[in-house]
Amino acid sequence: MMTELSLNILDVAGNSVRAKASLIEISVIIDRQKDTLTIQISDNGCGMDDEQLKRASDPFFTTRTVRNVGLGLPFMKQAAEGTGGSFEIDSEPGKGTIVTAVFGLSHIDRMPLGDMTETIYVLITANPDIDFIYTYKLDEACFSLDTRELRNILGDVPLNTGEVASFLKDYLQENQSYVSGSYIV
Amino acid sequence: MKSLEELKAIRDRMQGQLGIRNESNDKTRIVVGMATCGIASGARPVLTTLSDAVLSKGLKNVSVVQTGCIGLCQYEPIVEVFEPGKEKVTYVKMTPEKALDIIDQHIIRGQIVSEYTITAIQG
Repeated sequence: MMTELSLNILDVAGNSVRAKASLIEISVIIDRQKDTLTIQISDNGCGMDDEQLKRASDPFFTTRTVRNVGLGLPFMKQAAEGTGGSFEIDSEPGKGTIVTAVFGLSHIDRMPLGDMTETIYVLITANPDIDFIYTYKLDEACFSLDTRELRNILGDVPLNTGEVASFLKDYLQENQSYVSGSYIV
Repeated sequence: MKSLEELKAIRDRMQGQLGIRNESNDKTRIVVGMATCGIASGARPVLTTLSDAVLSKGLKNVSVVQTGCIGLCQYEPIVEVFEPGKEKVTYVKMTPEKALDIIDQHIIRGQIVSEYTITAIQG
């Protein structure tokens, strides 16, 4: 069991890393009118065939060889469905995978979003060869970060070194708080 | 608020520094297990503590990276240290505090923190 949704996101994005994705898009979209919080993680990794896809949210299915259970997607599915939301996976071999989880925003069982800055920061700095697009949207306010854009500026200075990493953390934190204002997700 | 303009200034400063693009084999790798088991047991703060410490202490030849599950879920969070020419050291049941001990004692001073290793726990 995860204690915050940002940990589920970190976990499920790990599947994209294992699927050899070169680009991973993560979005968190909060719509107070519709009372939903939508998390979408999409990648251009190896994708899954129909058989794997059917079993992907079965806790007793995993492609790993080191253990017999796979709880990443089931945790997220349970967390979403427990709030009156929905959970969906689309995948195509060779093309990639899209995981979409919709949560009831004000539902009492919805876990807090938690520290998205940490999650995105960890993903970017620990996977220096993968590009990430992160979008955080609260109603009409929106913040987006694309590591390809950062790399264009940086040239051959790596994203996970020294000052760049500290910049990244502050940049994520400040923009996220700016979009959120006083609203606590 | 931080802007991408600032990033340009950082790039200009860092491009002058030698060695930052050194990805050679003489690097120490600190690997944190970040599969479901690791994350659920608290691997994320362990990883950020390690990478923050590596940055703040200016450890040039050390990189902190993530890996999947190595099949020892009951011992997560697990941190493995790979030093060139030495045997791998596996630390188990990590916390941010223990992670700092590893940086100070193992990475900086070269003393393995034996009480945190898997050998100490498994007996």
